[in-house]
Amino acid sequence: MRDVYIIGVGMTKFGELWGKSLRQIFVEAALSAIDDAGVDHIESMYVGAMTTGLFVGQEHIGALMADYLGSAPVPAVRVESACCSGGMALRMGFFEVASGNSNIVLVGGVEKMTDGADVTAALATAADQEYEVYQGVTFPGLYALIARAHIARFGTTRKQLAAVSVKNHHNGSLNPNAQFQNEVTLDQVINATLVADPLTILDSSPVSDGAACAILVSEEVMKKAKRPAVKIIGSGAATDYLALHQRDDITVLNAVKRSAERAYKMAGIGPEKIDFAEVHDCFSIAELCIVEELGFVEKGKGGPFIEAGNTALDGKIPVNSSGGLKAKGHPVGATGIAQVFEVVEQLRGNADKRQLKDVHIGLTQNMGGSGASSVVHIFKLAE
Amino acid sequence: MIGIVGYGSYLPRFRIRADDIARQWGRDPETVKRGLLLKEKTVPGPDEDTITISVEAARNALKRADIEPGEIGSLYIGSESHPYAVKPSGTVVAEVLGITPEVHIADYEFACKAGTEAMFVAYSQVKAELVKYAMAIGADTSQGAPGDALEFSASAGGSAFIFGREKVIAEVIDTYSYATDTADFWRREGAFYPLHGGRFTGAPAYFKHILGAGRAILKKSNLKPEDFKYAVFHMPNGKFPLSAGKRLGFKREQLEPGWIVPTMGNTYSGSSPTGFSATLDIAKPGDLILLVSFGSGAGSDAFIFKVTERIEQVRDRAQKVQEMLSREPIYLDYGQYAKFRGKIIMNE
Amino acid sequence: MPTPRYTREIPQRYRLEANKCKNCGRISFPPRQICPHCGGRNFERTRLSDQGKIVTFTTIRVAPTQYSSQVPYSIAIVELNEGVRITTQVVDCKPEDLGVGKPVKIVFRKMYPEGKTGIICYGYKAVLV
Repeated sequence: MRDVYIIGVGMTKFGELWGKSLRQIFVEAALSAIDDAGVDHIESMYVGAMTTGLFVGQEHIGALMADYLGSAPVPAVRVESACCSGGMALRMGFFEVASGNSNIVLVGGVEKMTDGADVTAALATAADQEYEVYQGVTFPGLYALIARAHIARFGTTRKQLAAVSVKNHHNGSLNPNAQFQNEVTLDQVINATLVADPLTILDSSPVSDGAACAILVSEEVMKKAKRPAVKIIGSGAATDYLALHQRDDITVLNAVKRSAERAYKMAGIGPEKIDFAEVHDCFSIAELCIVEELGFVEKGKGGPFIEAGNTALDGKIPVNSSGGLKAKGHPVGATGIAQVFEVVEQLRGNADKRQLKDVHIGLTQNMGGSGASSVVHIFKLAE
Repeated sequence: MIGIVGYGSYLPRFRIRADDIARQWGRDPETVKRGLLLKEKTVPGPDEDTITISVEAARNALKRADIEPGEIGSLYIGSESHPYAVKPSGTVVAEVLGITPEVHIADYEFACKAGTEAMFVAYSQVKAELVKYAMAIGADTSQGAPGDALEFSASAGGSAFIFGREKVIAEVIDTYSYATDTADFWRREGAFYPLHGGRFTGAPAYFKHILGAGRAILKKSNLKPEDFKYAVFHMPNGKFPLSAGKRLGFKREQLEPGWIVPTMGNTYSGSSPTGFSATLDIAKPGDLILLVSFGSGAGSDAFIFKVTERIEQVRDRAQKVQEMLSREPIYLDYGQYAKFRGKIIMNE
Repeated sequence: MPTPRYTREIPQRYRLEANKCKNCGRISFPPRQICPHCGGRNFERTRLSDQGKIVTFTTIRVAPTQYSSQVPYSIAIVELNEGVRITTQVVDCKPEDLGVGKPVKIVFRKMYPEGKTGIICYGYKAVLV
């Protein structure tokens, strides 16, 4: 396999983008990434999107985006794995460059969630329609089931869960692309409107519009580009039972654990070498479980670990310096690539007020559904 | 011997008090309760209907019958609140019980008499030796227009009876049916609430038919009221069945076990069948029980049952009607009740 | 829900029919074509019991449109006596009545009607014992 580099990234601001359409936001992010990379063409495209059909009634968006980007007739395909569609698009692009088939590939993610669809129902299509959703379960509901099990098994506290949101809102307040740039307090999180007990609206990522793109290139193109480049040194993906109730241990996100193991193996490093991470905090409990599965802390100790500040900007292993899904926003298909945007910006030293000190290796973890699919990438600043 | 081999009932947990309905419409609660002899009524949960009530009643009847569900050859459900205008309730219940596809299924409607109508046909099927066992269910989620007198009584619940020739717990001694065309109460296709003829529902309707059927079956069977341990008459309110029983020569204590309307309300097609079920819950071997239903439109079915020894073995296998009436009811206020019953205009 | 899809699931939704692996004995609900535990492909049909206990639970306060009139409603993962777990609503109780380990019984209930004119969807729910 050939080495693969990222030489350009771009994203729209995340939020309720009332004046902009699905295709507009994608093209905006794609042009921004292309300009950042300084390339004059692309050879192939992968577009991550969860359910544009339900959100805006539009499928076939690989072709649509290639068309509106003025890149037709390049091959373009939409990649779907629920909320980790973006991360999986990156993985597809990575393999295309690594295989030698293409030298310049655009990978992107997009979602337009505010055009009037029943968002709760659309997102719920990522769960088992016949045996979870039919019973009336929602995504906040599924993560609430995990939270209650984690609380019962490990003594995780309501305050520890809230600490995730407090941290991510603080980080978001330093990110001009974030949907929410305000701080919140522990009390505000705990006492906010319940969505699915014990999770409140402030434990939950918002409904967002947004797009993010990255340009993946071969070593040869990277060298010619003469730009700070980031190398993808690990890629791992995994799956689990789709329905939460089928898993032997409801507190374990096995796909996250397995995808991380595979990415670490490819990179030839362990979790102790990771300087910072962008992870899939769709709900506070998700980030708590993920830091455990990634190996940053022992299983069951995520609560105290986060509460003690280990994942803050100045902590041992900063997590979600961008504000995460909670504060930056979660246009589902775009999230996986927006995580890459943050890691690249941090490694290149472009993260401004939220710039982490002395970081060399970053990790992204993007997850679908209640954890039935997960994809992990590890990045290193190219020499 | 032909008779009942298993019986079971189901009543929802939700209740509304007559006081709350009276206050909602500016009526004096004490006058209403005294006039109708009603205290409270059952209310179906938002996820309950005639089909789900029938399933739970049927499951309780099966618990009391030592039969293979697959041996049930006929399934009849009487109700005036079948969830579909076209598509049977019985097929859903039969699938849940696992007795498809070799089964004869029919839904019946004859106002509040539909339940005993189903019993009548189930009994006939066994008597004609067309099937080994036949199940009859009377169940309703009764409708009463807001503010109408019926709103104090219209409630939810039902009972199921399995008829057969073996393992009988209550033998059918005699039957009789009495019907005329009488427009005392009706609901047109597509109408949400029923209408009724006020006082016309009394003497020319309820009493004419109940007394007509009651007198005729006593004469036919050559039995007197004092020969019976218990009697159950359809219960549109608390007063009518007591008055009918008295006029036929029955004493209050003969009616008492089946007179569950003050706390159950009128479960329409499930009314007299559930009163009968409550009576079976306490009856002793050898007891004679008279059951007379009434359905507007109008007609009455009458049955005479004789309880057998076997009842002692089976009755504790399922929850009894009085237990269902007393197990931690969840009381609703009028607003919750209106929401549960779909009485609030909503956007689609 | 389209009626073919609804009709197909009736054995599971109405009767809790499951597959028991003839090789390892583990039960799959809903039935699968391959046993996720041993890879076995031969099964026998079995019906799950109507008794179980709560593994974890929540109360849904923001629901998809078809369930929105029912909020708040409680959902639990219930482990049935055979060790099989299902996701199900727990009804006829208040949210604060639920607890990990509490025994429940499976009942037959309406899930939702398809608008005012479509089919009525039924299935299993749980009530506290």
